[in-house]
Amino acid sequence: MPRELWKGNEAIAESAVRAGLGAYFGYPITPQTEILEYLSRRMPELGRAFVQAESELGAINMVYGAACTGARVMSSSSSPGVSLMMEGLSYIAGTEIPAVLVNVMRGGPGLGNIAPAQSDYNQAVRGGGHGDYPRIVLAPASVQEAIDLMALSFDLAEKYRMIAMMILDGSVGQMMEPAEMPALQEPHRREFDWATNGAMNRERRILSSIYLDPHDEEKTNLRLLKNWKNVQANEVRYKEYFLDDAKYVIVGFGTAGRVALSAVREARALGIKVGLLRPITVSPFPYEALDQLTGQVEAFLVTEMNMGQMLDDVLLTVRGRVPVEFYGRPGGVVPFHDEILDEIHRLASGPLAVSTDPRDSWLARMYSNLKVTAQ
Amino acid sequence: MQKEIIIAGFGGQGVLFGGQVLAYAAMDNGLDVTWIPSYGPEMRGGTANCTVVIADHEIGSPLVKNPPLAIALNLPSFDKYEETLAPGGTLIVNQSMVDRAPKRTDIHVIMVPCNEIAEEIGDRKLLNMVAVGALLTALPEIKVEDVEKALEGHLPARHKHLLPKNYEALKRGFEQAQREWDKVPAEFSEQ
Amino acid sequence: MTTENLVYERPEAFTEMPTHYCPGCTHGVAHRLVAEVLDEMGIVDKTIGVAPVGCAVFAYNYFATDFVEAPHGRAPAMATGVKRVLPDRVVFTYQGDGDLASIGMGEIVHAAARGENITVIFINNANYGMTGGQMAPTTLPGMKTSSSQSGRDVETQGYPIKVSEMLSTLEGVGYCVRRSLHDPKNIRLAKKAIRAAFETQVRGLGFSMVELLSTCPTNWGITPVNSLKFVEEHMVPAYPLGDYKVSDAVKQIKI
Ligand SMILES: Cc1ncc(C[n+]2csc(CCOP(=O)(O)OP(=O)(O)O)c2C)c(N)n1
Ligand code: SF4
Ligand SMILES: [Mg+2]
Repeated sequence: MPRELWKGNEAIAESAVRAGLGAYFGYPITPQTEILEYLSRRMPELGRAFVQAESELGAINMVYGAACTGARVMSSSSSPGVSLMMEGLSYIAGTEIPAVLVNVMRGGPGLGNIAPAQSDYNQAVRGGGHGDYPRIVLAPASVQEAIDLMALSFDLAEKYRMIAMMILDGSVGQMMEPAEMPALQEPHRREFDWATNGAMNRERRILSSIYLDPHDEEKTNLRLLKNWKNVQANEVRYKEYFLDDAKYVIVGFGTAGRVALSAVREARALGIKVGLLRPITVSPFPYEALDQLTGQVEAFLVTEMNMGQMLDDVLLTVRGRVPVEFYGRPGGVVPFHDEILDEIHRLASGPLAVSTDPRDSWLARMYSNLKVTAQ
Repeated sequence: MQKEIIIAGFGGQGVLFGGQVLAYAAMDNGLDVTWIPSYGPEMRGGTANCTVVIADHEIGSPLVKNPPLAIALNLPSFDKYEETLAPGGTLIVNQSMVDRAPKRTDIHVIMVPCNEIAEEIGDRKLLNMVAVGALLTALPEIKVEDVEKALEGHLPARHKHLLPKNYEALKRGFEQAQREWDKVPAEFSEQ
Repeated sequence: MTTENLVYERPEAFTEMPTHYCPGCTHGVAHRLVAEVLDEMGIVDKTIGVAPVGCAVFAYNYFATDFVEAPHGRAPAMATGVKRVLPDRVVFTYQGDGDLASIGMGEIVHAAARGENITVIFINNANYGMTGGQMAPTTLPGMKTSSSQSGRDVETQGYPIKVSEMLSTLEGVGYCVRRSLHDPKNIRLAKKAIRAAFETQVRGLGFSMVELLSTCPTNWGITPVNSLKFVEEHMVPAYPLGDYKVSDAVKQIKI
């Protein structure tokens, strides 16, 4: 296929169609409404199911129902809408069926704004819904990556009978980049041995998340964790930039990661040995890669478009062995690479100390830079 | 190589399409490129802008604080980007919509009466193509012919009859800007 | 006062802030009518508004009353919370058709069923204005929107919901009517209805709602004038104007 200029949101929609999406259920919300609008046209054209639901709550439970049949099914939304979906996600996780959800994140909490943000990392990665359940979370940083990860989301969701969520910020959704689309696949109708598609000539099946006997629920929980251990062992993905001789390493996902790449390039040109680790799966998180780097580097800098959420995963891995510093722009502000370059200079001019919470000194710097006025 | 370009103006001045045309041309030249529009409340105020980054490597940030290249199609954009342009950068200004001379002396400001030129060609809407043509005088990575090919390859079929006028707009913008460059003192243009 | 000179006077219940609505949008007309009624009833000081998520999300900037901003569709629930704690205050929600009849259908039905003593101003403009013109539950059959691009197909996208008719079946409703904003005469009738709705609340006579047929020239893609015509020619026939429920107690009110 030739490279074409694709807008992030439309690329996500089309790549889901190409991956054999059988049904889409959604509700309009900026900055991802183009996904719904695109599919409102494209799905019926191919004779596939599309419903604009009455709400995100409706949409995710339509996903739940369709997923029970073994179809490839997804929804997409943005932060406030995803919050409404948490009930359905928990049920889907508890029922151990595959489903795909895209969250084009915006500034929050509450109604917030529609600007690009990464503030739903914890909600996505740590669960969000009630109960103890793992989920796969992929974080594309470019349009091509979003296309590739869309297909992967379906494959992983089905392989592990798990929710696969793609989180990106509004800027990737609105951005155009050259990208290549995979070939069009017919909707998947795999013969899963769990799908409730009518008990024609077989034992009937029941899909449910209810385990009244706590011992059964306990077993289910343990099975979820065992399954998750497989995911952790086999599905970690990340991208490395300039790490071979790096003394300082930036860790950032999605847009924050790619903005950091610009800063890293400039710092390298100035002779500063800095590299970048950009997690592509933020769940499972690349703990091992980070652990290995901890032996090599003098300090880490975590950059995010939030107040430090992935930061906790980095701290958990580094465990005080070297300093971890933080630079975030929350609320829908996208950092310019100059800001991260300044941070690199700060790291390189040392000395740095290990602190219990790197957010403390970051907050002080934010106030003093007058990027935020204290109230 | 990496170059960042911001195109800004009122909604309806073809800001976003102007950027897309550059992005197509860069892509067809085998370069990496990003195009990102301003979206949301900013657009309600009636201004629009987009940032195009072209590079021969994987592009990091799709946004830039101090662009080396910008097109300002109206006065508010002239005010804004004259201030933030990187030193030594080039700002193409739609002279038809501004009533003041540039203030900074460490950047190149190329004034092009885009509206008038577009009207002479017979389609006011082409002012964005005039400006893009002018920009190409400062962007050697993309030639006028590259943009022509991009238009031919990517303009929706129902607009194909407009191609000749688009070509003319590009060419006229390029030539007008070139004449402006010729007025720039040699020692300054070598900076 | 005639409507002509009303147009040029700023009600007390309005702030100085110019509204952000598109030219020709009747959201502004609806705001003005509510503000005038609050003025006339002298209840600006004791009124608390609940703004929706939709084009009217910034309603709190324009009314000189206290205001809260609800999650999408939840205004009747928030209003219930406010009203139950402060029963002597006047509480109203101002909601679009996506907000009220789609995501918030549960909240509105139950507020009405409980006979919650609140007033609801319901703006039916047959689409989701704020998010760029997607199909709403009220979109007319065959009407083109950005998520029903070849026209609403009732086979797959369902039929319009007639909210006033539906809510009027509930015991808790004291006053439930539909009006339109497409011409001066109808605007006058709309204002009278809004007054009656607030009077219903002030007298503790149960849930009150005024549904207002409204324009969205921007997303309908037609001029403001043609939008008014569209309301008259297409929306009024689909959503007949009238009083769907006026309880006996409310009928006794003399203004
Ligand atoms: C939970 C949630 N889902 C979706 C949205 C996005 N959203 C904002 S306004 C809106 C629709 C508004 O339409 P309507 O209520 O008809 O009001 P109008 O703008 O037409 O007046 C939607 C879907 C949101 N803010 N929150
Ligand atoms: S989008 Fe429609 S409803 Fe919203 S302010 Fe504009 S015209 Fe009014
Ligand atoms: Mg509406």
